[in-house]
Amino acid sequence: MEKFSQLTGQAAPLPVANIDTDAIIPKQFLKTIKRTGLGKYLFNDWRYSPDNQEVGDFVLNKPGFRESTILIAGPNFGCGSSREHAPWALLDFGIRCIIAPSFADIFFNNCFKNGVLPLVLPQDCIDQLMDLAQKGVPLTIDLETQRVTTFPHNVHFDFDIDPFRKHCLLKGLDDIGLTEQLISNISVYEKNMKNEKLWL
Amino acid sequence: MPKTLYDKIWESHLVHRQDDGTCLIYIDRHLVHEVTSPQAFEGLRSANRKVRRPDLTLAVADHNVPTTVDRLQGIREEESRLQVDTLANNVREFGIEYFSMDDVRQGIVHIIGPEQGFTLPGTTIVCGDSHTATHGAFGALAFGIGTTEVEHVLATQTLIATPSKNMRVTVNGVLSLGVTAKDIILAIIGMIGTAGATGYVIEYAGEVIQSLSMESRMTICNMSIEAGARAGLIAPDLTTFEYLKDRPRAPQGEHWNKAVAYWKTLPSDVDAVYDKEISLDANTIAPTLTWGTSPEDVVPITGVVPDPSLVKDDVKKRAMLRALDYMGLHAGTKLTEIKVDKVFIGSCTNGRLEDLRAVAAIAQGRRVSPHVQALVVPGSGLVKEAAEKEGLDKILIEAGFEWREPGCSMCLAMNDDRLQPGERCASTSNRNFEGRQGRGGRTHLMSPAMAAAAAISGRLADVREYN
Repeated sequence: MEKFSQLTGQAAPLPVANIDTDAIIPKQFLKTIKRTGLGKYLFNDWRYSPDNQEVGDFVLNKPGFRESTILIAGPNFGCGSSREHAPWALLDFGIRCIIAPSFADIFFNNCFKNGVLPLVLPQDCIDQLMDLAQKGVPLTIDLETQRVTTFPHNVHFDFDIDPFRKHCLLKGLDDIGLTEQLISNISVYEKNMKNEKLWL
Repeated sequence: MPKTLYDKIWESHLVHRQDDGTCLIYIDRHLVHEVTSPQAFEGLRSANRKVRRPDLTLAVADHNVPTTVDRLQGIREEESRLQVDTLANNVREFGIEYFSMDDVRQGIVHIIGPEQGFTLPGTTIVCGDSHTATHGAFGALAFGIGTTEVEHVLATQTLIATPSKNMRVTVNGVLSLGVTAKDIILAIIGMIGTAGATGYVIEYAGEVIQSLSMESRMTICNMSIEAGARAGLIAPDLTTFEYLKDRPRAPQGEHWNKAVAYWKTLPSDVDAVYDKEISLDANTIAPTLTWGTSPEDVVPITGVVPDPSLVKDDVKKRAMLRALDYMGLHAGTKLTEIKVDKVFIGSCTNGRLEDLRAVAAIAQGRRVSPHVQALVVPGSGLVKEAAEKEGLDKILIEAGFEWREPGCSMCLAMNDDRLQPGERCASTSNRNFEGRQGRGGRTHLMSPAMAAAAAISGRLADVREYN
């Protein structure tokens, strides 16, 4: 997993509530057996018309936002299915951070497994950031100090993050590698279960 | 300290707890399907890892499979075929039990788990699918995970997780005529919203929940994710034990007795404290359906399409306007005046025998409206077989329904079963998101009986006029 420490880039404002994983990456693109290559289908039905022409007023098609690395969205972002194809598509497009007032649980979890930061801020901060992003002001996200800053406006917001998840993102740690250090605990658990719950 | 059902399951599965509260929990049962697993197996292969407990893992292809009888000659669509073949190859390489398309036990992953007795009370169950919550009906802690986590469970039989908060939703009273488990869960989602239970595990309780069959309980738990919950739970009781007894993978003989004795210790302690409590009077629930593009957009069938101008919250108002536009609806239109083009009966929410019986009861002696295509997709080969034994297939075919092979089908439209742009569907599935059943397709979620009534009437219909 790629490390996440500091990110400066253009943020794309997408002020819609409950953006679901079907919108982020529609099901016809889930037939892949790879993790990569999904960026061109990100928000497919919003980005392209049925005859595959770019929809001009969709934010990621607008000049200045086509290479956004940050997305700012409405509450409950990523609701719906468990498809990890959603963060894969965002990452493959180049988005490393999504800022929203709240996230759906599984999507939130999946982001951390892919070096993508789902960043929670209150709605009023989001509104300010949306405004600035709309004007083309880039944002800087510093994970170490847990701060979002904009230059030259020098607006800054501090955010919370689970310390373990922060540590894993900063170091780019792979979960399986971490768990394998606890393999003897797993074996002990299994041995006890074999005695206690014979039916399993 | 008194404990909830959730606390008990969580604590009995703790393998390790870090100082910062991050836990490693053991996974008793892992269900695998073709869409969210290929990258996980590929990860194992490239790191030269094995599946730690193939005996606790069960695989099936469901999302991508065609539902037409000619499917045994092979899947025509190349990408779907590749994904299903990839699963078949992976299970062979890693030694995992697999129900292939020609196996009568094949079906939707959340229908076959309970059917086989693979799903058991007090266990932890995961699957790379958000509707894993279904298995919570058995008092199992069951939740959906992403593909990286699928790989983690395959490699270590554990997951890194933090505990959720406890929420109890109590449903008391008496269900009115024509009101089913689907109406209850839609009413709950309408009440608390699609993010209402984010961060929580919901325990459904109360006399109405206790009186439900296992199949109905599964319908309720299935849609916990649509309320934002990590999982849904119902305390195991005699109904649960009766359902499980003698299932192929349920404990047998002395093991059964020991298991039941343990399962009886699982229900929440009477004085257990919940972080949030919600209650609902069943008497107030009417046959319910969705009008918009979020599962929280619910309305009773006797109602009208809601008016966004009456809503103060700006974010909500914008969402409503967008939904009305997408759905091609106008505020104030009576629900029963809305014409449907397709009807879909099936999915992990409502693809079980009880659901098909409810549809057949409405369909018997009636005809599907001439402009409607109505699909019935049993949730598994065993559901299909049982329905045919009762003659439900004949009733349905005679009434003009199509009788299909098992799979996820038009719930997510990954196979050929899908809506065309602008088509409107009365669906027993679980999501009405934009494009869910096909680009530009318009979905109304409802119970099987309500969907059957819509098929007959050709419009959204009040099932109580058909009983």
